[in-house]
Amino acid sequence: MMKTIGISSQEELFNQIPEAIKNITLRIPEAHSEFELEKKLIELAKKNIEIGEYISFMGAGYYNRYIPAIIDNVLSRCEFLTAYTPYQPEVSQGTLQAIYEFQTMICSLTAMDVANASMYDGATATAEAALMASRITKRDKVIVSRAVDPETQQVLKTYLSAPEIEIITIGLDDEGITDIQKLEKEINKEIACVIIQMPNFLGNLEEVRKIEQITHNAGALYITNIDPISVGLIKPPGTYNADIVVGEGQSLGCSLSYGGPGFGFMATRQKYLRQMPGRIVGATVDKTGERAFTLTLQTREQHIRREKATSNICTNHSLNALAASIYLSMLGPAGLKELANICFQRAHYLASKISEIPGFKVPYTNFFSNFIITLPDGTTEENFIRMISEYKILPGVTISAYYDEIPNSLLVSVTETNSEVELFLFINAIREISKQLELED
Amino acid sequence: MARLIFEKSQKGRRGCLLPATGVPEIDADSIIDSSLVNEEDLYLPEASELTISRHFINLSQKNHFIEKGFYPLGSCTMKYNPKINERIANFHNFTRLHPYLPINCTQGSLEIMHDLQNYLADITGMDSITLQPAAGSHGELTGMLIVKAYFKNKGEKRTKVIVPDSAHGTNPASARMCGFDIIEVKSNQKGQVDIHTLKEMVNEDIAAIMLTNPNTLGFFEEDILEISDILHNAGALLYYDGANLNAVMGLVRPGDMGFDIVHINTHKTFSTPHGGGGPGAGPVGVKKFLESYLPVPTISFDGEKYCLNYNHLNTIGKVRSFYGNFGILLRAYAYILSMGKQGLKQAAMDAVLNANYLKEKLKTAYHLPYDYQCMHEFVLSGDRQKEQGVNTMAIAKKLMDYDVHPPTVYFPLIVSEALMIEPTETEPKEVLDEFIETMLGIAKEIEENPEQVLSSPQKTPVKKIDEVLAARKPDLCYKPDNT
Repeated sequence: MMKTIGISSQEELFNQIPEAIKNITLRIPEAHSEFELEKKLIELAKKNIEIGEYISFMGAGYYNRYIPAIIDNVLSRCEFLTAYTPYQPEVSQGTLQAIYEFQTMICSLTAMDVANASMYDGATATAEAALMASRITKRDKVIVSRAVDPETQQVLKTYLSAPEIEIITIGLDDEGITDIQKLEKEINKEIACVIIQMPNFLGNLEEVRKIEQITHNAGALYITNIDPISVGLIKPPGTYNADIVVGEGQSLGCSLSYGGPGFGFMATRQKYLRQMPGRIVGATVDKTGERAFTLTLQTREQHIRREKATSNICTNHSLNALAASIYLSMLGPAGLKELANICFQRAHYLASKISEIPGFKVPYTNFFSNFIITLPDGTTEENFIRMISEYKILPGVTISAYYDEIPNSLLVSVTETNSEVELFLFINAIREISKQLELED
Repeated sequence: MARLIFEKSQKGRRGCLLPATGVPEIDADSIIDSSLVNEEDLYLPEASELTISRHFINLSQKNHFIEKGFYPLGSCTMKYNPKINERIANFHNFTRLHPYLPINCTQGSLEIMHDLQNYLADITGMDSITLQPAAGSHGELTGMLIVKAYFKNKGEKRTKVIVPDSAHGTNPASARMCGFDIIEVKSNQKGQVDIHTLKEMVNEDIAAIMLTNPNTLGFFEEDILEISDILHNAGALLYYDGANLNAVMGLVRPGDMGFDIVHINTHKTFSTPHGGGGPGAGPVGVKKFLESYLPVPTISFDGEKYCLNYNHLNTIGKVRSFYGNFGILLRAYAYILSMGKQGLKQAAMDAVLNANYLKEKLKTAYHLPYDYQCMHEFVLSGDRQKEQGVNTMAIAKKLMDYDVHPPTVYFPLIVSEALMIEPTETEPKEVLDEFIETMLGIAKEIEENPEQVLSSPQKTPVKKIDEVLAARKPDLCYKPDNT
């Protein structure tokens, strides 16, 4: 090969690099054999908790759901795993058709007309939706509910800082939902969109129809961030006139993996299609008239439009979207309903039992499957988490760092993986802790 | 005809059983406003596990993928993705780890992320790394937000970002998302940034230049140190698009070239699978003076334990939820350990060797507009073939009939009828020789029988696709006939 090129050593291929900056020595380790590598990683994995030994009620937007074996099987196929973005449609029909089916399923879950091929996560999807609303309305202020996932609010702030779009945050009312009166006060014709989460971060159900009226009366767009499982029980946002629907899709067949990769989804009305960011797959035909699929409407995208694109997004979370398609196919309409109901019923049962235990309170009852428990006076979240860890229980997520108005509380999430036995063990553990703390009715 | 999973549905079929609620049930409308209770079935497939499995496996057979055949897609670095990385990424103690677990429960994962930060800092010559960005362009956005915040903090109003005319489309798009205006610097006859033009452009309005080095033509920017001086002397920053880092890892570092901010595509350089378009990961590195601007949290070690470090004074905030695509970062970490320092360097050298070998062999039949020694990729022009009635897209489609994925086509924009070829280091000489034979054969066929070439692809799951129809009448969501 070197003879063909006309060199006598491989080093000659790097002659263009200035001498002054060549000849570096890296500090990274020497090569590991496959066996050594696996052994090292097994050791490192052991430095995490043995997660299988714990009962977990941690959720808060990222859920411990059962992942059917078929998903692992299909996703590990190199046909999907090692393919690139489907720029050449004739040799990418597998990925393209799967994305088209994904888009269709997302349209079903949201009751919207069009969906894109995925975003990085629910937070960035929300931020992109806000930018999209600003482009459509040509307004540069957005309203966001304080009950939207705090991580999402932080990402929104980052994304909107550079184009200098102002964010107005609406606080919570006594029910743990967006304060409608404050929203009415803050909204005006300068607002591009109102962003809410349904159910909200605290688990509570927003007054989505009232907010819709207030939003649309001001000519703003209505952006709802939803838990995709919840639509098995609660009507999808299209039915209450949302304009852009986004959300985190991790719970549709993606593992927790310490926070990523999951995926974000985004759907909207037909009339806003050309302002939507990200890849979109369309159905078409090949030259023999056979049905075929291809990336389409690419004139919105960076590789064609460069600085005039609707977004800079290029790589998205295609493989995770595939997981979601398989997951939703496995559930079907009946399964999704049942799943939502299991989470809802078990969460309400658990909450009612915990609220009977001396010292523990459940401040809000209008929730879907996540709820707040307020710990006894004088017991910090840290103390409680430590005490209950003796029972190998991870009781929920601490939220006081984000919500100083809800002190000393945990956000508890219930999924179908929390069996009635797990609920019982959790309730019992809290009862015993209540006794240890010598709390009375 | 390709049938959708929806069209294989049968009312009442299902893929899985769910447990009973197992608790006393309440009425949904005792909690949920009855007008919001969803009584209707959503439109989703109804099928057995076998039907679903068969459907998706059949779909998979319609893809090109690395194990199927050569994938010389320029700028995408389609190298082999080692299987051990998949096994490791599926360990339960990694996959079932909740992001809000207290750090004493996640020390193993934090150690991996901490060490990966250090490895990437070492490879790029940067001082500090964030693993948060989810993809390359997300890294660019992060980097340009840092540029924006840095000048805002300094009280300097710099409104413009320079990108070369050969740049990836994400560069101008990312800068624009941060509110910058874009100005383009032309390439010179050698396919590199024209220093004289650049000098004239640089003034106190310029915030940064975004460069890929080697650039998208596959050339190392020889004047990089001078470019760096020009920008730095004017108070501007240098941003390194790491899409082409595979050519130089272990040999030279962006930090030593003068770059202040770098992003890395783990799904290019560090062998994490592309997944049909993601998920990837786009870590960003910065020099010390920009460390305080990084997104929070980064991972630090306090002498006893690994921590989530939220202590970055001027942080741009969070660019996504949680800490990054951990499942992907884990694979990059495993890859770096498999290769070791010598292995990474050898990979870069072999990638460059493979590219130059292909270039020498192919330039006899295809026009090579910039005939210099290249790095990991090179760009041919299909001009000669176009004159004979076969454009670059047709050549691309023809390659599919040989089980070869076409090169990147019509990019970079400065080469007409561009064919951008990146073989990567993992392909053996036999595969390169076969590709050469195929490409030379196609060139010959174009001379002798162009009509024949235009009829491709013939052997693909579908024939040439009507993309115009797709755009003119968008059908983006399946609607069954009866609704």
